Amino acid sequence: MIPKSLGASSSASGVAGIRRLIARHKTLDWLFGLLGTLALLLATLVFAALFGQMLINGAPQLSWEFFTSFPSRRAASAGILSAWVGTILVMLVTAVVAVPLGIGAGIYLEEYARKNLLTDIIEINVTNLAGVPSIIYGLLALGLFVYQFGLGQSIAAAGLTLALLILPVVIVATREAIRTIPQNIREGAYACGSSKWQVVSHHIIPYSLPGIMTGVIIGLARAIGETAPIITIGALTFIAFLPPSPFSNAEQLISFEWLLAPFTVMPIQMFNWISRPEEAFQANAAAAGLVLLLMTLSMNALAIWIRYHFRKKIKW
Amino acid sequence: MKQPSRRSTAAAVAILGSVVLSPLAFAAPPVVKVDGSSTVFPITEAVAEEFQKARKGATNVTVGISGTGGGFKKFCRGETDIANASRPISRKEMDDCSKAGIRYYELPVAYDALTVMVNPQNNFIRSMTVAELKKIWEPGAQGRINSWKDVNPAWPDQKLKLYGAGADSGTFDYFTEAIVGKAKSSRGDFTASEDDNVLVQGIAGDKGALGYFGFAYYIENQKKLKAVAIDGGKGPVAPTPENVDNGSYQPLSRPIFIYVSEKSLDKPEVRDFVDFYMKNARPLVKEVKYIPLPAKAYSGNLDHLARRKIGTVFGGENETGLTIEELMKREAQL
Repeated sequence: MIPKSLGASSSASGVAGIRRLIARHKTLDWLFGLLGTLALLLATLVFAALFGQMLINGAPQLSWEFFTSFPSRRAASAGILSAWVGTILVMLVTAVVAVPLGIGAGIYLEEYARKNLLTDIIEINVTNLAGVPSIIYGLLALGLFVYQFGLGQSIAAAGLTLALLILPVVIVATREAIRTIPQNIREGAYACGSSKWQVVSHHIIPYSLPGIMTGVIIGLARAIGETAPIITIGALTFIAFLPPSPFSNAEQLISFEWLLAPFTVMPIQMFNWISRPEEAFQANAAAAGLVLLLMTLSMNALAIWIRYHFRKKIKW
Repeated sequence: MKQPSRRSTAAAVAILGSVVLSPLAFAAPPVVKVDGSSTVFPITEAVAEEFQKARKGATNVTVGISGTGGGFKKFCRGETDIANASRPISRKEMDDCSKAGIRYYELPVAYDALTVMVNPQNNFIRSMTVAELKKIWEPGAQGRINSWKDVNPAWPDQKLKLYGAGADSGTFDYFTEAIVGKAKSSRGDFTASEDDNVLVQGIAGDKGALGYFGFAYYIENQKKLKAVAIDGGKGPVAPTPENVDNGSYQPLSRPIFIYVSEKSLDKPEVRDFVDFYMKNARPLVKEVKYIPLPAKAYSGNLDHLARRKIGTVFGGENETGLTIEELMKREAQL
């Protein structure tokens, strides 16, 4: 069917007009596709170039010794032992604090909280917190954790700071994940006589877990590269010893002394090496960057795997 | 029924006791805390590295970088044992320390030569006078001195691009004081960075560039940069360790220090570290490309510690153009 307006003059030119219109739309379509591909290529190329350069500069430095040596003034014997141990311990504290708090807050806001002014204010604040520059968290933590709570410049203070930093991310991810669960599931469970907690623990948490875990890991992947708040609370540049081991002696199984130990983390070690006069340290910085990037990538890979693995188990 | 419960109570008490007492029974090695200037960092880091190797983990040392000012803030709050400083303690910092009851030893550990650099392709500059540098860097030069020709009519009309230390650094304080005559007084339209490698890259890639930073960065990048001899009134003098040693590289030679808290020095590990520092400083300072003091300066420092000579010989002022000889005479008066 040819619309009247087009076919008014003659049906032949009308068909040609439509063909032209279609051709033009197809060209636009194709152009947009090209634009999108170019944008994607540009983004990927920038990353690939950065990664490639880091790989070329850093890969020769990667050796067993690089992971098991302390920092040194000699580039050849300098390693990242205290940095990667520090990063992992800080991340551990961050995860232990931020995950239960964030998931709890998310569930409360979605399932329990009544819609009123207070909840609205909390919601707006949580969303805004996600956009606060990380240095602000560092300043808050310096006053609160380091001085007020007397934690000093320790792993615990750093872990708590980064936990605050990623808390909004975890809360928002939890809420988004919970919202994807169809209302019928809740109603079905209530209809069978479940209490609210039973609905949450039997249905809401398991079904939203893939989404939540993804959010948690994206949050942690952000925290692992953070430098500003960690510098603010006083991470050290040269530290050639490890925190006390959590499993130091047989009688007392787990010790928490390491929580209060001074520390350094990967981004700070990198930053220090980059600002050194000797060129050999630039290669070390590239290698440390490579390790940090691999840490982040493997966390993201874990997030993808968890999402895939848990989703398979959900049978609605 | 009673027996096991009593036993388990006893066990619980024992576990609790061991948890509470564990810091005493299984104490981690003592830690010496150092923080402050990034200029002094390489020296203290080298000493700390060797010290930990020598003590085989019996004492741990941490070294932070928060700038000379930041280092003194922590030091005067009693959070650190030692402050790294690329300038003498200021009047305000002296007040802060005395309010908190922190008394300190002032120990010069090395000399640095602030080096003025141009691009290697610059073929008309070999030396510059302090007056010429002042003409370039004083606040009034902004907008007026834009080309090399504006400084000296004998030089070509090439655009002048300036690179310098960030305003928070001790290097900036010292350079402005020595060249312009007043600390922190500088023109603002120059590329400022706390990261000296940024300045190296800038000067190396810009034909009309002029910049300044510490000697160590120049030595490591000699191929990309050309150092300018400085004429402080007695003819041009190149920035070399010899010229700093004999006191002729003026006014851009500067002493750098560590400040040790009197209270901390009572701790055996801090005392041990400072002793080690003074006894091993000469080769290590040289290795990290600073200019060591004569051996008697380090033994003089140890003497000050032994005779409990606390305080500063600078009275809160940042003095420029002090030769090693003059500094040692001054310190001896303490």
